[in-house]
Amino acid sequence: MLLSIDLPLIIEKLVLIIVVVMSSLVIAMYATFAERKVAAVMQDRIGPNRAGPFGILQPLADGLKLFFKEEIIPNFSSKFLFILGPSLAMLTAMMTSAVIPWGDTVTLFGREIHLQIADINIGILYVFGVVSMGVYGIMIGSWASNNKFSLMGGLRAASQIISYELAMGIALIALLMITGTLSLRLMVVGQMDGVWNVIKQPLGFLIFLICVFAECNRTPFDLAEAENELIGGYHTEYSSMKLGFYLFAEYINMFVSSSVMVSLFFGGYDIPFLNDGHMVEKIGQNWMAVAHIFMFLFKAFFFVFLFMWVRWTIPRFRYDQLMNLGWKVLLPLALFNMLATGAVILYFTTK
Amino acid sequence: MQALTNRAKTVDRKPMTLLERAYLPAIFKGMSITFGHMFKKAPTISYPEKTRPFSPVFRGLHILNRDEAGRENCTACGLCAVACPAEAITMEAAERKAGEENLYREEKYAARYEINMLRCIFCGLCEEACPKDAIYLSETFAPANFQRKGFIYGKEDLLIPNPVTEPEAYAKAKGGRVAVK
Repeated sequence: MLLSIDLPLIIEKLVLIIVVVMSSLVIAMYATFAERKVAAVMQDRIGPNRAGPFGILQPLADGLKLFFKEEIIPNFSSKFLFILGPSLAMLTAMMTSAVIPWGDTVTLFGREIHLQIADINIGILYVFGVVSMGVYGIMIGSWASNNKFSLMGGLRAASQIISYELAMGIALIALLMITGTLSLRLMVVGQMDGVWNVIKQPLGFLIFLICVFAECNRTPFDLAEAENELIGGYHTEYSSMKLGFYLFAEYINMFVSSSVMVSLFFGGYDIPFLNDGHMVEKIGQNWMAVAHIFMFLFKAFFFVFLFMWVRWTIPRFRYDQLMNLGWKVLLPLALFNMLATGAVILYFTTK
Repeated sequence: MQALTNRAKTVDRKPMTLLERAYLPAIFKGMSITFGHMFKKAPTISYPEKTRPFSPVFRGLHILNRDEAGRENCTACGLCAVACPAEAITMEAAERKAGEENLYREEKYAARYEINMLRCIFCGLCEEACPKDAIYLSETFAPANFQRKGFIYGKEDLLIPNPVTEPEAYAKAKGGRVAVK
């Protein structure tokens, strides 16, 4: 009986996957638009405003343009890997969203549905694993294009991600010692009763935030594409929708990593200063879940905005500065943070 | 050596302090500046919908003027072509026939009157040279074109609308520049 197929569960998960994937695609689409608008507003410009009212059809126009562009595969490239690169980047970007809890439970058609694709007990490890896979997309693509600038970009991306993943992981260990769980849902539930983790782990959050910027290849750590040094870095040779995939993956990564940060440090879908039990009695569980989703998206969008805000404020780091920051500053800080957290926990538990 | 202005600053090459090396204070400062700019009004003028107001002395595209009865002022004397430093103006004169008194004010008129807008430097000397108030520089500028021949403006492009038959178009083309007699 263990192998019996639970058809409603499969349908439920399938619907959930389609909804989550579709909405993260749409959000990424509009993140490109938001990026251009934010850049414009910060530079005292207007930004795209011709396609549709206020330019809201601009992402569609951009997408169409990418589709109609000529698809060029360089003669000397390895064709299979050349196509594998952007596919892998896109695939890993989409996969990360599987463990993020978007909201609490809803009851539909007599079924209790968790608003999370998979509540696995090693959620955050899964995220780390998939994110590390993401760099293979960049590395394979850059290597396969058989171009020195691309290869340079790929090398930079690989070394940058390895360096920053270390500090990121150690910053996270300090957090895990407090929460005592790897499941993202349990972490969020823990924060709903107590205070948000950012208050317990401010230094850890700062390190994590900086590392997320580096992992997403966003300014000030966008050395992998560095337009003015490496032409386009790893996507120099790419055109048409394969280029679109790389650019799109970056925006999906941005949204997903914002969601992960919100779940880890900012209480996930928790609405601050609100007693959830009372509200559930008043408006019902399903409406509460809707409110939770909106709260979650609000927080995530704030972080997406932060990504853009930083991008249009500060210039790119030099490569040696990047390595110094990663190995000589963030790593020791993260280690110190971990030791201090451990000491505090030890002090309070043994007393 | 004496400095040319009092704005010169000596470069500070001292090693960075700990606070400066932490990058974060400088980053926050920069972020507050960019955030402040979000609430500033963009100086953009959305061009085709809105246009920048020109000064009353702006020298734009030429117009050939008519009098209040709708007759062309130009007598094809050629003074504008002589005054033109860029040699952009060409014309051919013709004699007014009986029955054309409502079209041309005087006995001679310009049968062909062309200005090459690629040569024109919009100096306004033609306007100054004209003894008949026939040519004026308006407050619009030459639109783009795909071909060179599109920039040679003939009489049909330059003539102001007839004030008797199309008074509104006439008033619009006249603007604030053309002297009213």
